[in-house]
Amino acid sequence: MAGMLEIRNLQVRVEEREILHGLSLSVNKGEVHAIMGPNGSGKSTLSHVLAGKPGYEVTGGEVLFNGEDLLAMEPDERAAKGVFLAFQYPVEIPGVATMTFLRTALNAQRKARGEGELSTPEFMKKVRDVAGRLGIAQDMLKRGVNVGFSGGEKKRNEVLQMALLEPSLCILDEMDSGLDIDALRIASEGVNLLRSPDRAMVVITHYQRLLNYIVPDVVHVMAKGRIMKSGGKELALELEQSGYAEYTGAAA
Amino acid sequence: MADNMTSGLEKTGAEQALAQGFAAARPRLPGADGVDALRARAFGTFEQKGLPHRRVEDWKYTDLRALMREALPMAPLPDKDALARAQAVLAPHALGNARRIVLVDGALAPQLSDLDSPERGLSLRPLAAVLASRDAPVGALMAQPDEAVDPLLSLNTALMTDGIVIDVAENARIARPVHLVHVASGGEPAAMYTRSLVRLAAGAHLTLVEQFVAGAADVAYQVNDALVMELGAGARLDHSRLMEDDMAAINVSTLAVKLGDNAHLATFNLTSGASVSRYQAFIRFEGSGANVETNGVNLLKGSQHGDTSMFLDHAVPGCSSREVFRAVLDGRARSVFQGRIVVRPDAQKTDARMMTRAILLTDEAESDSKPELEIYADDVACSHGSTSGALDQGLLFYLRARGLPEPEAQAMLIQAFVGETIEAIADDVVREAALQAAARYLTARRT
Ligand SMILES: Nc1ncnc2c1ncn2[C@@H]1O[C@H](COP(=O)(O)OP(=O)(O)OP(=O)(O)O)[C@@H](O)[C@H]1O
Ligand SMILES: [Mg+2]
Repeated sequence: MAGMLEIRNLQVRVEEREILHGLSLSVNKGEVHAIMGPNGSGKSTLSHVLAGKPGYEVTGGEVLFNGEDLLAMEPDERAAKGVFLAFQYPVEIPGVATMTFLRTALNAQRKARGEGELSTPEFMKKVRDVAGRLGIAQDMLKRGVNVGFSGGEKKRNEVLQMALLEPSLCILDEMDSGLDIDALRIASEGVNLLRSPDRAMVVITHYQRLLNYIVPDVVHVMAKGRIMKSGGKELALELEQSGYAEYTGAAA
Repeated sequence: MADNMTSGLEKTGAEQALAQGFAAARPRLPGADGVDALRARAFGTFEQKGLPHRRVEDWKYTDLRALMREALPMAPLPDKDALARAQAVLAPHALGNARRIVLVDGALAPQLSDLDSPERGLSLRPLAAVLASRDAPVGALMAQPDEAVDPLLSLNTALMTDGIVIDVAENARIARPVHLVHVASGGEPAAMYTRSLVRLAAGAHLTLVEQFVAGAADVAYQVNDALVMELGAGARLDHSRLMEDDMAAINVSTLAVKLGDNAHLATFNLTSGASVSRYQAFIRFEGSGANVETNGVNLLKGSQHGDTSMFLDHAVPGCSSREVFRAVLDGRARSVFQGRIVVRPDAQKTDARMMTRAILLTDEAESDSKPELEIYADDVACSHGSTSGALDQGLLFYLRARGLPEPEAQAMLIQAFVGETIEAIADDVVREAALQAAARYLTARRT
């Protein structure tokens, strides 16, 4: 049976330069996959292509999401179908109140799926519950989206959106960078609450520590635009010891 | 004729029609003898210059000679049908508990206006009646010296039919906003020349909202409006203007302001209507410590041309001005912002800042920005900045990745961009009305 996410021989160029050189990855529902790899290996590029960011040219291969051609969909269609990317660098949107943004996003997705809009009290309750769990203060929700948020607060806001939108495929691009020790634990708990047999996660990280909290089923090593090796969670510990030298071809 | 002759320009059809129109209307125009002489003089001034064209520096980007092909006849007094059409369009533009004053086709419509029992310290008089009275405050009504400078203001002086004269007495604080609505009833193609005067005595406060709307779609009309303001010492005027004229309209409006010591003017303009528009403001600081905040936004689409030109004259020390102007341009629309700040030799400690930003939604849209700082004093802080570009692709993608379809994502970013100027409106109800006007633009550009 095909997985929820099937990436086959994906080749991607950015500004005439090939970044992904035939990447394949299969993720089944219920699974958590971790991707680790050196800077510049193409991890964020992969996450952006999956979310539909403009500016990337797919020159080969395919991506199926629940059997459908993901690359043919608009970014908002992908979101409504359950793809969520927690960005490595979330943007600030001055003038758009976080609450308005969350509500518009949630209702847009519900509408696209043919579901009714959430009532104001239902929505407010949902946001308050999730924000409370993630230790996000109410006054942050009144500010512009990510405006003036610290690096860690921005990351927590990504997890908040994920918890609220309840996607079926969560791609977390360095969710742990910029988080202090407590925030890392709280955010990870938020992510773990979302783990379910119907949901899959792709967790991109540089640090084995995150994987102590969000324990993966599969760990992949990505280098030079390809998956070089896959294994169990012990692979992350191995990398911690040996580094990426054997995958990048550089001397250790 | 001098300018026309020196520039070798023939009188255009529109200019000829204006001359005939003035001659024909003159006997019927309101005003005692002195006013008639003034009109004749003003028309002479207009004729000398003619309709401004691109070689007239202040009108460089708005070649009215080319854009205004014909001069429509002056609108007749509104009949029952016209008033009914006007009334129908007023309801959706109601502004909370504001005191509404309605001008239909250039004539004050008492039936639709709330002129009764004004608050203590507030006086409201129809311009036509004031002009006809013996002691018409002609001096105050005229926006000297701008009258002599701008041909469209001269034309307004020559042809003005009606408007409202608002006086607020010393220290009177009028809480209830005054909502001045200009309705073009949309009977026959016609022109309207309106003028209003707002005088705030020392320490007086007033909130004034102007709105321009049409009672019918696709009937051509031309608006030439002037609003003259005089703010006494320590007076405060909160002024907002929402110009949502029909796409078949041309709107040329002038704001002429004089500020006394420590007077404060907060003024906001939103232009989303008319095929061709020019909103020009002449703001003169005559008392030290005065302060002006102007916020403006042009929301244009199709082949609209919208020009906002602000001329600020810092003539005395210690005044400050803040100009924030934004434009959102779709289709082949063109937005013009001219901002001239003159700081005269005496105007030390002037603090004048001006910032313009435009968002171009298409490659065909155009934004022109012309800041001019003329500074003759040495101890001043003046600055200007200007940017224009597409909507931020990174922000757009972020919103779309969260499920917003492209038009909704665009609308959200545009609203945020425009919202920053609308935020400046102090009155909640007025601010909400401005947000709604912006929302109407966003809906219209999608259909
Ligand atoms: N817009 C772009 N223009 C040119 N090069 C780009 C662009 N985006 C990415 N790249 C290049 O593609 C390569 C992969 O970048 P990517 O951001 O995917 O790496 P990454 O694995 O996420 O790295 P990190 O661990 O540092 O986040 C890098 O060499 C980067 O410079
Ligand atoms: Mg990255």
